[in-house]
Amino acid sequence: MMSFLAPAADAAAHGGGTPAWAMLAYLIAGVFFILALRGLSSPATSRAGNRNGMIGMAIAVITTLVTHDIANIVEIGIAIFLGGIIGVTIARKIAMTAMPELVAGFHSLVGLAAVLVGWAAYLNPGAFGLLTGDGSIGAVSKIEMGLGIAIGAITFSGSVIAFAKLSGKMSGSPIMLPGRHVINLGVLGAIIVLTALFALAGPGDTMPLIVAVTVLAFVIGFLLIIPIGGADMPVVVSMLNSYSGWAAAAMGFTLGNTAMIITGALVGSSGAILSYIMCRAMNRSFISVIAGGFGADDSGGGKGEPREQRPYKQGSAADAAYMLEQAERVIIIPGYGMAVAQAQHALREMADVLEAKGVEVKYAIHPVAGRMPGHMNVLLAEASVEYDKVFELEDINSEFAQADVAFIIGANDVVNPAAKTDKSSPIYGMPVFDVDKAKQVFFIKRSMGGVGYAGVDNDVFYMDQTMMLLSDAKKMVEEIVKAMD
Amino acid sequence: MDFISILSIFVLACFVGYYVVWSVTPALHTPLMAVTNAISSVIIVGGLIAAAEAGSDVAKWLGLAAVVLASVNIFGGFAVTERMLAMYKKKDK
Repeated sequence: MMSFLAPAADAAAHGGGTPAWAMLAYLIAGVFFILALRGLSSPATSRAGNRNGMIGMAIAVITTLVTHDIANIVEIGIAIFLGGIIGVTIARKIAMTAMPELVAGFHSLVGLAAVLVGWAAYLNPGAFGLLTGDGSIGAVSKIEMGLGIAIGAITFSGSVIAFAKLSGKMSGSPIMLPGRHVINLGVLGAIIVLTALFALAGPGDTMPLIVAVTVLAFVIGFLLIIPIGGADMPVVVSMLNSYSGWAAAAMGFTLGNTAMIITGALVGSSGAILSYIMCRAMNRSFISVIAGGFGADDSGGGKGEPREQRPYKQGSAADAAYMLEQAERVIIIPGYGMAVAQAQHALREMADVLEAKGVEVKYAIHPVAGRMPGHMNVLLAEASVEYDKVFELEDINSEFAQADVAFIIGANDVVNPAAKTDKSSPIYGMPVFDVDKAKQVFFIKRSMGGVGYAGVDNDVFYMDQTMMLLSDAKKMVEEIVKAMD
Repeated sequence: MDFISILSIFVLACFVGYYVVWSVTPALHTPLMAVTNAISSVIIVGGLIAAAEAGSDVAKWLGLAAVVLASVNIFGGFAVTERMLAMYKKKDK
């Protein structure tokens, strides 16, 4: 059965003994990858870091090509060229607001590539030096192979769902299957058992087992991500980032390749740390994010309780412009709503006018502002906001007491004092900006009706020093700029 | 290489990763994800071996497909990181 797929024995002569210089080269490539991440410790060194990453990749690819048969060099060249053209075209065209779905899409490619490499290694183990004395694949190699394929497949299907949710091709609201925890645990358990059976099976019986592992892993990736709501997507994207790293590491184990192992460990840790930072910023436990369901539309009467009508002050662009000009220190708090309204360029213009009048302008960024870690920083950088004016939550929160104006644009939950005071609030415990300490608060919002992701009312709307600026964010900022001239 | 040597490298690299990533400034977390994406495509090495070696035609085509996917990621990931990093500017007045 399926003899054409059977590992060819004559390949056993190849692979196996990688020359010492090549092992050294892979190690050097790994060191360059470490330097690539190290460069990101500051924007000043970041571009050199990125170049180090490219050098590392070039070393790894060239070393591989030189140490193996180059009979198919033309096909390989075409494959790299084709992929390169597609990659560069996407990278040039993509809008910065669409970075989260781009990253999710890229993760899915790493995952699928890992599955393909795992299968290739299974079908042609001789090429990878995986054959033991009796011409079969060793049990340890098979476990590594099975894990690599499984993690790769989970990364692929999970990332495809994350991509669909982030790009709006699929509703961001969670899809809750009945008994999903039991189903998920059952499928995960089955993958582990099948991988073990695959490792122990004789050479003739492995094919159905590895097929089953692959299929179940694709299914579980899908099942794990569909119940997770749009608000939790930053955690999911980070988590899939981590998985793509572990998939590369598992493949590195199979091939005994240090560049892949070092990279896999770096990427795996990176994604795990980013997931942790995102969870902490939302005061949500990792387990509760994975369990899913946050941001469900159909949660019944809980959120539907009638909101009391409370008095608030509404202002015009002219009022805001006048008071901004009188201020000495202004802190701007942008949220994802600003990016949706494409107001970042108008906002930069407003800040320029204020600075020309001697007003100090700073930007305050919450870790969950935007759809992925650091997203808001990129959006502001795109609008030519200098990065030394942009501050993180813990660095700027003490400065609100000295600020004349806190200017909130497109953000909501991240300034809600209920997170500090109201134990029954769904966002209780989330770190928030102390905007109530500022002398004046300007809150740009489309209307009084809408609420943030968490669906809770915000006391900031009704404070004495708050002026609500009800309009489209971009239009309002443009009018403020006009009124200041 | 034997399993224990490989495991040693892996465990130590996890620690290096932990400390290096915590030193990344939060402002660059999006470029961090883009660049980790690009470097995790070092998995292209596996695709190249499968594509280059004789022995199985199916493995060769799987390898070539993996090379295409990983190349999209490598070129796309590094290029988009470069594009983002070029936008980060300091006040030069």
